[in-house]
Amino acid sequence: MRYIRPLSIEDAVGQLARAVGPAAILAGGSDLLVRMKGGFVEPELIVDIKGIAGLSEIRETAEGFSIGAAVPCAVLGENAALKKAWPGVVEAAKLIGSKQVQGRCTITGNLCNASPAADSVPALVAAGAKAVVVGPSGTRTVAVEIVPTGPGKTSLAKGEIIEAILLGKRAAHSGDAYLRFIPRTEMDIAVVSAGVNLTLDEQGVVKAARVALGAAAPTVLLVEEAAEALIGRKLDEAALERLARICSGACRPIDDKRGTIEFRRKVAGVLARRAATTAYARAGGK
Amino acid sequence: MAGVAVSTVINGDAVEYLCQPDEPLLDVLRDRLGLTGAKEGCGTGDCGACSIILDDRLVCSCLVLGAEAEGRRIETVEGMAHGEKLHTLQQKFLEHAALQCGICTPGFLIAAKDLLAKNPDPTEEEIRFGLAGNLCRCTGYDKIVRAVQDAAQVMKGA
Amino acid sequence: MNFDPRYSGRNFSSVGTRPIRPDGVDKVTGRARYGADFNMAGQLVGRVLRSPHAHALIRKIDTSKAEKLAGVKAVITAKDLPDLTNGDAGMYDILDNCMARTKALYDGHAVAAVAAIDARTARQALKLIEIDYEVLAHVTDVDEAMQHHAPLINDAIFTEGLEEKPVKPSNVTKRSQFGHGDVHQGFGAADFIVERSFKTEQTHQGYIEPHACVASVNLDGTAELWVCTQGHFVYRQHCAQLLGLEASKLRVTSSEIGGGFGGKTHVWAEPVALALSRKAGRPVKLVMTRDEVFRASGPTSATSIDVKIGARKDGTITAAEATLRYSAGPYAGSWAEIGAMTAFACYRLDNVKTVGFEVLVNRPKTAAYRAPSAPMAAFAVESAVDELAKEIGIDPVEFRIKNAAQEGTRSSYGPVYGPIGIGPTLEAVKAHPHMKAPLKQNQGRGMACGFWFNFGGQTCVDLNIGMDGSVSLAVGTVDVGGSRASLSLVAAEELGIDYAQLKAVVADTSSLGYNDMTDGSRGTFSSSMATISAARNAIKILRDRAAQMWDIPVDDVVWEQGHAVAKGDKYGNLGKLSLRDIAAKSGTTGGPIAGHSELVADGAGVSFATHICDVEVDPETGATRVIRYTVVQDAGKAVHPTYVEGQYQGGAAQGIGWALNEEYIYGKDGRLQNAGFLDYRIPVCSDLPMIDTQILEIPNPNHPYGVRGVGETSIVPPLAAIANAVSNAAGVRMTHIPMSPPRILAAIEAERG
Repeated sequence: MRYIRPLSIEDAVGQLARAVGPAAILAGGSDLLVRMKGGFVEPELIVDIKGIAGLSEIRETAEGFSIGAAVPCAVLGENAALKKAWPGVVEAAKLIGSKQVQGRCTITGNLCNASPAADSVPALVAAGAKAVVVGPSGTRTVAVEIVPTGPGKTSLAKGEIIEAILLGKRAAHSGDAYLRFIPRTEMDIAVVSAGVNLTLDEQGVVKAARVALGAAAPTVLLVEEAAEALIGRKLDEAALERLARICSGACRPIDDKRGTIEFRRKVAGVLARRAATTAYARAGGK
Repeated sequence: MAGVAVSTVINGDAVEYLCQPDEPLLDVLRDRLGLTGAKEGCGTGDCGACSIILDDRLVCSCLVLGAEAEGRRIETVEGMAHGEKLHTLQQKFLEHAALQCGICTPGFLIAAKDLLAKNPDPTEEEIRFGLAGNLCRCTGYDKIVRAVQDAAQVMKGA
Repeated sequence: MNFDPRYSGRNFSSVGTRPIRPDGVDKVTGRARYGADFNMAGQLVGRVLRSPHAHALIRKIDTSKAEKLAGVKAVITAKDLPDLTNGDAGMYDILDNCMARTKALYDGHAVAAVAAIDARTARQALKLIEIDYEVLAHVTDVDEAMQHHAPLINDAIFTEGLEEKPVKPSNVTKRSQFGHGDVHQGFGAADFIVERSFKTEQTHQGYIEPHACVASVNLDGTAELWVCTQGHFVYRQHCAQLLGLEASKLRVTSSEIGGGFGGKTHVWAEPVALALSRKAGRPVKLVMTRDEVFRASGPTSATSIDVKIGARKDGTITAAEATLRYSAGPYAGSWAEIGAMTAFACYRLDNVKTVGFEVLVNRPKTAAYRAPSAPMAAFAVESAVDELAKEIGIDPVEFRIKNAAQEGTRSSYGPVYGPIGIGPTLEAVKAHPHMKAPLKQNQGRGMACGFWFNFGGQTCVDLNIGMDGSVSLAVGTVDVGGSRASLSLVAAEELGIDYAQLKAVVADTSSLGYNDMTDGSRGTFSSSMATISAARNAIKILRDRAAQMWDIPVDDVVWEQGHAVAKGDKYGNLGKLSLRDIAAKSGTTGGPIAGHSELVADGAGVSFATHICDVEVDPETGATRVIRYTVVQDAGKAVHPTYVEGQYQGGAAQGIGWALNEEYIYGKDGRLQNAGFLDYRIPVCSDLPMIDTQILEIPNPNHPYGVRGVGETSIVPPLAAIANAVSNAAGVRMTHIPMSPPRILAAIEAERG
């Protein structure tokens, strides 16, 4: 077993591509170390990406924000511009684990861990976030929702690293929100969750919408029908009812230690409705 | 498997050690350096008993590799008191009986220190959410919250 | 021993104050040493291999590959722990639980163990041990295990306590019955009857410190054990018997203990560590992982309880009956029996009957958890009491006051009560501002009562006076929550000296006589009694030495406020001799001054509490938030009131976790699915409000200061108090604990239809 701390993304990609046994990327480690402790993974090579220039930074660009793959979630909450532009994404990132875990975990890691219950992913999907993937054959930019393909599985090829997550510029009259259900007030993994991102026109009519549900299917669900139910309308009671019904219907959850199928279905709708209400208010809708 | 040589700073002192590539920092602190103030309650980041401050950031030392500490600064409970003088939080934990068995206490003290460094005048709710990553099974948290409230008042006045 | 344990009604100067605990500074600086904080030169790392099956025959274990791995120093199986229990069925169960002999009886049951030079090698060695299992049908649910077609866990178990001796073996180990009067007649006289069935899931004590020990067996048959335990003397007895050691040659030192709550009263890892050390010839450190703690230490029973209570229109209970089924894990205990004893202990009943059935299941061996078995029974009974009050149309507090047990009441489990606190706690609750505070929408209030016996038991204390007049107090009851502070206060009180002049320590098993565990709320009760006795014995010697120094008869010397005083006018010019004065001269007046005490602390006073709880339920998600909580409990006498409050608050918080979210979740495969703090959800700081406390002091007549145990009763009422609050908030009676959001939401939806 080896631990390395490359200083360039090219070096990291090369090391991963050449690795013979199982290799793991280490950013925050809050998933990796838990899996190692439990004996579920025994990597031959651990590639710590925190030494790579730029990966621990949040950059504000002409197109929006670029959040480096090694930026701890706690840092997202300390970035005033990001918090103002994407409050839903930031609140999702700040819900992961505890203060201690937020000091380490990253949204890129949360995405690549590919848990259906990952907190930041529904918010990122609703926000239309993109992932910059660097690999042996170059760089590609993909929608975040195509990265996880099932519980614990991603579409990343051997040697590929997500370098950053991109969030667009905040459009006028738009806002996002994320809510999850947990039995306690902190420290839990989402039983079910909802992220909503809305753009309104001057009159408060929804122009664009993205609704995503977590822990409701093997991967985060982008519920297009739910978005369509909101577009072209103000967020009145009927629209919210319809949103809730569609979201409950779109769920394909399982019964497990964290919740039942019935519970997840019902609460997915409740959370979508509540998140939409918050996102609408943040977008300036009344 | 080759050991990783690490130079780091712990509670202000330069420290060097060799560790395995997959060895958690918690194990390094406890088993190699004799700093047993940080406790292992779960080893998976769910209890906060191993809390330390790493470059001004509160973390669980069970979720950090020893190898990652190279060139960084670590604060543990052993560094809180200065000479004969306890840290205000330590003193207030004693006065309020904010500990029963005491196994979670080092983690709570470190988490509370980090909390007050970032938010010197927290509300009760901010304290409760700020310390939600630290499990205590004995006290029901009541006396811990009161000790932190009291310490915050004293430290503000200092 | 001319020690009079009766309550004397004295005034106190030290007892009742709130000084800083003697072990405090060590604990806030990280210096206190817990189970895993101790090391011995040359120690090995021990690891245990555990069954992945809920129920399986162990056909063959092949350890040869593991033994050959470089760095492995010992591999053991049940063969290395031969049966030395000599027909003691309870000890045999402990042995079998430490290391499965013929069958693995639950997911997590130990089947082999290794000692190696480091953790990595030990882990690799476990993977090299080959076990041939024959997987058997299993059962984890208490009700299913009682069915006649259920898989049989132990075919040598025939239900005890039945009128006719059964011919077929059963998972039901024992039927226990308590009560008096005629319940059939009593129900006939009732105007209202409530009958309900309840379930509670299995919970864990959730102490933050995993089990840990360092064992060192020497070639000469002596051994040392460093361990986190609630009772190192009991651990010594058990380990010595299982290992074939002489008890007095096994020195057990109790480390600081990072929580126990009943869960560190049984040996699991310790005999294994000793056996590994014996085989390897080196010290072995064995620390459980959190996963192992959940899978393989001792959680509570899961229960299924039917309650029937009848009352007249005027609010008098005419009859009460309960059938209580408690799971025990795969070994017999007395869990249902205790539940059946406590169920109706709060009430004055003419006709009462409780029947307990203890049931074997393929889950870990049940252990005590703070007033073991009582919270589940109280949940069922206090829920039904609330419902009955509602049906009659009487205030639930008034209803309970009307039927509360009092001095002279024959308890539902047999004995007649002396002075007790149930009535006063109810009156205090009735008068408490919490009961009158307004509630908002979706909020509800509940209250409930709880009872616990409290124990006394064997106790031994040494009190040694240094030549500088400082005093060391060596006790044998492990300090789980501040008892060194309270015992120091008691010694200071008796000797008439300053608390700061004393230092209390928990002595190891070679330095003090036998002490029972710190369980049954007995730590401060029993050790304070022994401390008083030891201090009085020391005072006798102090008086004798003063008499020598003055050259007067000892009968003319009295002990007053920390000083020897010569009694009578003729000694007017003698002045006083302080403890320090006498100690300074001890070398020339007869040597060291000490007081000892060995006693059985009889007469533990029963304990009662009443709790009030406000909750808010989100009707769309079933999420419950506790918004206000008040504990009222009788302490007899609060020796260190801050730590008494701490016991009240801690028990309430554990009860809140149990009521709302904590539960063992088993899959269809019989494996535990939530063996970690992420999914076994104990309350976090942001889940709870401040927990208000009110200490009542109804003196226990059988203790010189009136002390009663205070540690356990606080976990008895919360399940019911919260269930009553949730039921009031959600408008539907909750009968299944924990009241997790899916259960509450399902109940609300079912009620809506």
